Amino acid sequence: MDLLIFQAPILMVQASLDGILLGILFALIAYGMALQWGVMNIINIAQGDLVILGGYIAYTMYLVGIHPAWGVIVSPIIMYFVGWALYKLVINKVVDRDLFISILATFGIAIVFQQLMNFVFGADVVVAQSEYGTTMLFDNSVTLPNSKIFAAFISVIYAIGLVIYMKKSRLGRAIRATAQNARAAKILGVDTEKVYAATFGINAALCGVAGALISITLTLHPYVGLPYTVRSFMIVIVAGLGNLPAVAISGMGLGLFEEFADYILGTEFRIGAVFMLLVFILVYRRFKLSKKREYLK
Amino acid sequence: MGKVKQKDLILYSGLIILGLAAPYLFSAFKVQLTYLCVLIVLAMTWNLQGGEMGYNSFGNILFYGLGMYLTASVQVGMFFPLAEWTESGGEKTFVHTTAQYFQGIGVGLLVAAIVPTIVAGAIGYAILGLRGHYFAICTLGLGIAAGEIAGGIEIIGAGQGFTTPPFPAEIVDPEARGQFFYFLSFLVLVLAFVFVKYIYGSRFRLILNAIRDNEDKAEAMGIQTMKYKIVGWMCSAFFCGLAGGIMGGLIGYIDSTDVAFDGREMGVFMVLMAILGGKGTLWGPIIGATLFHFFKEGLWTFILGWQYVALGVLIVVIVVYFPEGLMGWLREKYPDKFGEVIDEKDRKAQVELK
Repeated sequence: MDLLIFQAPILMVQASLDGILLGILFALIAYGMALQWGVMNIINIAQGDLVILGGYIAYTMYLVGIHPAWGVIVSPIIMYFVGWALYKLVINKVVDRDLFISILATFGIAIVFQQLMNFVFGADVVVAQSEYGTTMLFDNSVTLPNSKIFAAFISVIYAIGLVIYMKKSRLGRAIRATAQNARAAKILGVDTEKVYAATFGINAALCGVAGALISITLTLHPYVGLPYTVRSFMIVIVAGLGNLPAVAISGMGLGLFEEFADYILGTEFRIGAVFMLLVFILVYRRFKLSKKREYLK
Repeated sequence: MGKVKQKDLILYSGLIILGLAAPYLFSAFKVQLTYLCVLIVLAMTWNLQGGEMGYNSFGNILFYGLGMYLTASVQVGMFFPLAEWTESGGEKTFVHTTAQYFQGIGVGLLVAAIVPTIVAGAIGYAILGLRGHYFAICTLGLGIAAGEIAGGIEIIGAGQGFTTPPFPAEIVDPEARGQFFYFLSFLVLVLAFVFVKYIYGSRFRLILNAIRDNEDKAEAMGIQTMKYKIVGWMCSAFFCGLAGGIMGGLIGYIDSTDVAFDGREMGVFMVLMAILGGKGTLWGPIIGATLFHFFKEGLWTFILGWQYVALGVLIVVIVVYFPEGLMGWLREKYPDKFGEVIDEKDRKAQVELK
């Protein structure tokens, strides 16, 4: 094989580190998706576009002269209300319906978001400069942008914070109760409508954090939302709903896969590889389950 | 199906005469009419597995794009080296003669119909084992992956696109190109309609409906659901491939993600049109596609730049408020009249099933 990655094994270290750091970020988005999937039983195709919108909030801060890293605090606050408004406008009408309806409705929302972002921020690929510099490892052969380490660090903090919040707080308990049995929760006095709105808001806020981190580590473009949706979907179906360690691990696995696919297949096939992996995972699980005469539910 | 009723006969012959006369009556809108035919074909065949079988696919765009690339590749590849053609991009170094052009597009369309059907059959066993939203997401992934992969393959133009052979210059009549593509698409439309109509009167449709309503029970009744699901998907793929081939020739330029595997436009349109008209009805997708096309062409130019916002809002509104579509709404409102418009036997059979 004359591929660069096999000629220079140090690139494998590079790809692995990049992949793991990136994977933690994906896991954060996937955690939001698992949350709303588990609680509200909807699949949100607009997940990736919420991420990109969160990223553009941080980018706007960067444009007006505030350091984009503050986006990890500002962006989730704004995104919480965006998510809440989205729930009140559309999502509350698709919660109890067929999953296909939620897929198609959120697909429509995704198109609207993409186009509005295209109007406001333009169709250029943008990035917010964090100016954190880079760390050189292994005799300067592996470069690691500090912003990526920062992103992974913040993701972990937010994830842990959310887990504690879900365990300890009143709202967290109400959310978990609703996820277990919405009807029973309602009978016991939980305002499920409020819980749903809050869940969707929290999901959007997580997307906001992830977006702000993406704006300093990767690039932003109005139309790259869908791959993030698919990545988080993939992580969730591999890890299962509400299993945070598994979400983190499969997120890192996806990050590794992507970085290696990037080196081996070439950058132009990177997104294609992500989508093919989705198909392969689904088909693999389908065959595994069909041995037991079951199917993915 | 039995005999065609007198009333139906008048309706069909009227529609066919209208279809044949349309390019002469509205000669300025020939391209739009061709689009309409293709849209109807796509909506009708999507409905076959989306509406009747209950397998909501976002990935029929895969067959559409495949058909498009295949037609153009065959049309070029039959006479000239394909790699040189795509490499030269817009600069034409090779010119098709009239005979070569029509031979090429004929064989190309044949390939474009057969290969996607085979592909659907080949991947059908794996993909159709998924149910509900997993199937939807999986096919969405397939469609987008195909676009991304096609955008990286050099021989079919990669990212810079593939210019399909221009209409032969020896035919000087400026109307000829539009008329050729219109009648081609109309022919496919009639074929598709006859085929779908035939299926609506057959046992096959009842089996598809059984799969939609309760697949486990259908299987327990001894129906080999997987076999029928694959055949249902192959039917869709056949017409999607044909439609794609025609559109490739009409547009004259194939881009991997914006024209061929255009999940953001065509891929959503076919689902939306079928839902707008009413899933699981014969006329629903046809009416839905026609309405949608008029709406799109009428409004697109007035809201230039905002069309995708309008499209997104339209999707949300239709899906959230009219999931049963126009036909479903009519059926609820005028059940008696509805029974007479639609094949009575079908309706009765459906009521009994419910």
